[in-house]
Amino acid sequence: MKTTLKSWVWSVRNFFSGIKSKLHLKVNLPTGLKAWVYLAPALILLAIFTFYPILNAFRLVIYQGYQLIRDTDGRLVESITGYTVFGNFIRVLSADNFILPSSHTNSSVLLNTLAIVFISVPISIISSLFVAATLNSIKPLKSFFQTIYFLPYITNTLAIGLVFAYMFKSGESGIVNQFFMIFGIDPVSWIERGATYWRAMTVLIAFGVWDGMAFKIMVFMSGMQGIDQQYYQAAAIDATPKRRIFTRITVPMISPMIFYIVVTSIIGAFKTYSSVVAIFGDSATPDGANFNLKTIVFHIYDYIYSGENISLAAAGSLFLFAIILMLTLLQMYIGKKRVHY
Amino acid sequence: MEIRLEHLSKIFVDKTGRETRAVDNMDLVIPSGKLVGLLGPSGCGKTTTLFMIAGLHKPTHGKIFFGDDDVTKLSSDKRGIGLVFQNYALYPHMTVRQNIMFPLENLKIEYNEAVARVNEMAKLVGIEDQLDKKPAQLSGGQQQRVAIARALVKKPRVLLLDEPLSNLDARLRLQTREEIKRIQKETGITTIFVTHDQEEAMSISDEIVVMNFGVEQQKDVPQKVYTNPHNLFVAKFLGNPPINVLRGEIKSNQLFIQGVLIGEKVAKDGLYDVGLRPEDFKIDEKVGISVEKPEVEITGRDTLIRFMIGDIQIRALVDSETYSTANHIRLTVRSSKIHLFDIESGDVIR
Repeated sequence: MKTTLKSWVWSVRNFFSGIKSKLHLKVNLPTGLKAWVYLAPALILLAIFTFYPILNAFRLVIYQGYQLIRDTDGRLVESITGYTVFGNFIRVLSADNFILPSSHTNSSVLLNTLAIVFISVPISIISSLFVAATLNSIKPLKSFFQTIYFLPYITNTLAIGLVFAYMFKSGESGIVNQFFMIFGIDPVSWIERGATYWRAMTVLIAFGVWDGMAFKIMVFMSGMQGIDQQYYQAAAIDATPKRRIFTRITVPMISPMIFYIVVTSIIGAFKTYSSVVAIFGDSATPDGANFNLKTIVFHIYDYIYSGENISLAAAGSLFLFAIILMLTLLQMYIGKKRVHY
Repeated sequence: MEIRLEHLSKIFVDKTGRETRAVDNMDLVIPSGKLVGLLGPSGCGKTTTLFMIAGLHKPTHGKIFFGDDDVTKLSSDKRGIGLVFQNYALYPHMTVRQNIMFPLENLKIEYNEAVARVNEMAKLVGIEDQLDKKPAQLSGGQQQRVAIARALVKKPRVLLLDEPLSNLDARLRLQTREEIKRIQKETGITTIFVTHDQEEAMSISDEIVVMNFGVEQQKDVPQKVYTNPHNLFVAKFLGNPPINVLRGEIKSNQLFIQGVLIGEKVAKDGLYDVGLRPEDFKIDEKVGISVEKPEVEITGRDTLIRFMIGDIQIRALVDSETYSTANHIRLTVRSSKIHLFDIESGDVIR
């Protein structure tokens, strides 16, 4: 069976190479041109979906009163009332509850986002490290647990969000409330009417932590498996306690992976959006609450879908880009000093 | 600290359930304060033996004693050993100082004393000016010394070295093996090292243990093992150029190979495997094996002569001074330098 398949693959290959030589397809392009031909597919895709939107954002952000209207022939055309350099940025940053909470909402999109970034990222990295180290040190059922922890990675965010919303239901029917009732804690409202800001934020952060752990665990585990066993044998001879082996050998040895994960998950957390929708819906607010859990990206989508000026959405994205860029540069600077190798 | 292995065996079982007998019922006594080399071809069980002494491998059968203490059941950190790994296993993210100090962090000793001990060890191995570098900035030989310093800083009872010279280039190897010998002499610590290089083992060991197929073949001071091999394996494994092994016959105390008289040898009549070391041939004026038009390679002090007896090629190594260009020479071998081995068992015939 195997050999038939192999001989079949072989003959197909010969067939095509025969055609190739018969057609004299060998075109002798100069090396420079050849490189561009090979790069073309990737470049075309990048140009359409990455470079054009970025450039477009820079274009849109300098317009005032941007609108898409139909002209007399019924075609869509752009219409603007003027140009501005910082105007759109100022309008975004001075918008109600963008930077600081305002009188009618007790939350701001910037603070919401920062809370998610600076609470969920450290928690999820530290817990992923522990899970990875634990998984790495057990033999039986290792692949079983690996699969379990990897499930969130291949599951749809919205689906997980619905499950979370179900788990954190208020009253005695919510699983989380039932769990706390074992310890004699009264059931509370997490994400529905009567939820406080930090309870709702806890659910959102728990979601972010759990959702992000799968990929982190995978990266950390592959890093740990790459560490030479001799380091651990040497440490064992020196009677090194497990905790110190972890902090002094395992963590420094995978520090490049940890650094990579810190950078990418901070970027990812800044772009949180779908988890808010999945748990709290389009309003991003528990019923009747005087706060919301909108993030910067959520705010940008609001600009787009409310039919408001699209230049403001562009300004919002560039602002987010600037924050992420600065933080990443800062991390690179620190990383150069702290990451080994 | 005398080390004693009693009926030590290690059987590895792979996933399919197949057993590999890495070390087979080994009895060995390593005298206190000596530098002992475990020598053998790869896969002979020498590193397994070392790792069992270190406590990294659990023996399948048998016992290990350090002095009078049975350490078979002790974990490696409680045995009081220092181990230098083949590729040193220095922590790449720590400086040399931190590397050497690492074993002390787990002991309850004063910081000042730890620093003093690190400096003392660094001085002993001669790297006191490299303490603030990372291992990657050091040469192979320096890394080796750091690894030895790290192994010794705890003041272990036994020092174990796994292929200590295999990662070094030829010149460093020569230098480092003298260094290891010196450090061992200065500290007087019982040291076991593993090597597949016979020259390395012969040059620095007080005693060598030749191993093959997980079994000890011979244990003695290097020169004795070389001159009186117990069996054909030991004879073949030691020596460069290697020993000539030929089928020969003893007839009334005279050795014939392919009908040619080689020399006198007192033994029972019969067929034997004959071992003749190349350097045991001597040029003689009148008597001996007659050699016509030999192939000659002169390499300074020594001259290598290749000649045929029947259809078997033989190498002889003679002093260049005794050899003068000639188409016809005669070679003799002294009776005591002729090694006879049993054809079946390979054991030496005395």
